[in-house]
Amino acid sequence: MTNSNADSVTGAQSLVKSLEHAGVDVMFGIPGGAILPAYDPIFDSKIRHILVRHEQGAGHAATGYAQVTGRVGVCIATSGPGATNLVTPLADAQMDSVPLVAITGQVNSTSIGTDAFQEADIRGITMPVTKHNFLVTNPKDIPHAIASAFHIASTGRPGAVLVDIAKDALSAMTTFDYPSSVNLAGYKPKLDPNDGDIRDAARLIAESRQPVLYVGGGIIKANASKELMKLAELTGAPVVTTLMALGAFPDSHPQHLGMPGMHGTVAAVTALQKADLLITLGARFDDRVTGKLSSFAPNAKVIHADIDPAEIGKLRRVDVPLVGDLKNTIDALIPALKSEFKKSQPDITAWVKQVQGWRETYPLGYDHPADGSLSPQYVIERLGKIAGPDAIYVAGVGQHQMWASQFVKYERPRSWLNSGGLGTMGYAVPAAMGAKVGAPDRTVWAIDGDGCFQMTNQELTTCALNGIPVKIAIINNESLGMVRQWQSLFYNERYSNTDLHSKRIPDFAKLGEAMGCVGLRADSRDQVDAVIEKAMSINDQPVVVDFSVHRDAMVWPMVAAGTSNDSITLARSLAPVWDSQEL
Amino acid sequence: MATHTLSVLVENSPGVLARIASLFSRRGYNIDSLAVGPTEDANVSRMTIVIDVEDHALEQVIAQLDKLIDVISTDRLDPVTSVQRELLLVKVNTTPETRSQVLETVQLFRAKVVDVAQDAVTIEATGNAEKIQALLRVLEPYGIKELVQSGLVAMERGLKPGKGK
Repeated sequence: MTNSNADSVTGAQSLVKSLEHAGVDVMFGIPGGAILPAYDPIFDSKIRHILVRHEQGAGHAATGYAQVTGRVGVCIATSGPGATNLVTPLADAQMDSVPLVAITGQVNSTSIGTDAFQEADIRGITMPVTKHNFLVTNPKDIPHAIASAFHIASTGRPGAVLVDIAKDALSAMTTFDYPSSVNLAGYKPKLDPNDGDIRDAARLIAESRQPVLYVGGGIIKANASKELMKLAELTGAPVVTTLMALGAFPDSHPQHLGMPGMHGTVAAVTALQKADLLITLGARFDDRVTGKLSSFAPNAKVIHADIDPAEIGKLRRVDVPLVGDLKNTIDALIPALKSEFKKSQPDITAWVKQVQGWRETYPLGYDHPADGSLSPQYVIERLGKIAGPDAIYVAGVGQHQMWASQFVKYERPRSWLNSGGLGTMGYAVPAAMGAKVGAPDRTVWAIDGDGCFQMTNQELTTCALNGIPVKIAIINNESLGMVRQWQSLFYNERYSNTDLHSKRIPDFAKLGEAMGCVGLRADSRDQVDAVIEKAMSINDQPVVVDFSVHRDAMVWPMVAAGTSNDSITLARSLAPVWDSQEL
Repeated sequence: MATHTLSVLVENSPGVLARIASLFSRRGYNIDSLAVGPTEDANVSRMTIVIDVEDHALEQVIAQLDKLIDVISTDRLDPVTSVQRELLLVKVNTTPETRSQVLETVQLFRAKVVDVAQDAVTIEATGNAEKIQALLRVLEPYGIKELVQSGLVAMERGLKPGKGK
């Protein structure tokens, strides 16, 4: 089962041909000693190589590319420090189930284990943060390793795969023989749920009077938004979309309650708490969603649909597991449900009315600061309105991320990118770069914090030099804002090491200009629309906008870490008022 | 907590032991014993893992093992329907007076003497955990100089081959 092509090539040529056969059109990387043989054939390849400024940037760019396109993102680096700089993006992609392949050079096979120059055991280091990894020391193994890496990264539950290749394997002569299919004895993802489980799930849904569709990022990975819409409209059940699932179901849909979790809407959090059935689709009961696990959705039965069998029952006991591809799962569930509904259509109108009541009583909101300074939520809300639902929004991690999840309205999948699982500050700029490369015709806005931006902004140079016109909105509250919020709430306002002074230094607009971007700034409400529109009008250069905002704004609602979702607060010391029958 | 025996078929590839060890370490599972060796297929190794987890956590351990690409199959072995063996080598002090008693114990346990010195004998025994423990209890009064024990190896009884074959 191989494409026989007995040309005599170097291992490096075999690598590049393999990447071409795998369908790679772009990769992000930096050369160095051990990977150098590979860069020679890269020079001649039709694959576009984007030379980044830091390997972490390459990894997050490949992740952004993958999240926008649904294809495998590829990054490449040398041995030792080049490879260790990829560890964070690998862990990040793995946590968020992003298909990513990292290629690293390794020292000569004869030197492995001798503490050679730029040697690091990257296979050992990345074992716990990848779906799988390979160390290749024999050049004839290169095509199979690459084909396997792409197969593993992109099928089943997607994830990060690293292929480490010794320099002498890249330099040696070999034959190129790319496998037409990959057969791994220990890797056979199950794509279709069991018929009996589908029937059980349909029966549970038909019996439920207070169901909620708890939707996670898996729906986006499985390209199953259309199927989700059919299921939602068939059941009429309220829908919540997690941080990783924003855009999987339109925010404008009347059944959509918003995001659940630590900073979710009151309606979404409460609907889960009061539900009698969770129809869980590609979500994983993350602690940021469940709050204190033992008090999460205490009366709910659970249907859990996921392609990863190890997610079933990992955190929450499951009544009906549906292991398979979500598209196939929903396609199988809908006819089963229709036949159940023929017998008896459940009446959930009282529940829907109650849930809509919570939504109307407790909408998301914010106040403008009394001193006239700029509200960060206002900036983000206006950005979402002006750039619209066809733009791609990429957030860093922290307050600005939560506000971007709350105040931008998402209508389509693959329009919201963020680091949900690992919570990687510095994700936004390089991920936005990768997103723009993957979707050059869409507007890409990074919504970043002043802390996050200072971790990876060097990739704006890459953007400027390579014609990747991303737009960066820095929500500058001159603090590590989310940490400061916790210090305000839980550490008696003792602001230990969270003041970044970034309204003084650096000058972000000038820093942007120095990296070949257009630098803009705004510090009052009346400037916001004009500066966003100005940024929107620039399409041949990256743009950096420094929004100087009030530093004391907080993210609400909030469920404090480790507490029950029942103790959600709307603002400091302000809890929702429940009718007695609701509790 | 309860002890469970897992029979895991894995690809015979470099690093596979590290992958299993890393999984157990990062997910906080306790390994009681681990034995790795070749199988009838040169590309496949078998690991017999004894773990101490709550019953309800066992399914999660198996699911996490199966998730590893290099793991071909994971079977839970029931002590009733499987053969389970450990190997013990133990060096016991002997004097001219005690030597015959020690040798009698060896006979009783169907163990054997594999080395003899002036003041000690080395005994080899195989059996399930209970038998090995019983033998050690009997030998202890004579003075155990040194002992080494293998991890448990186990196999399903009867004709049924393991999954993945």
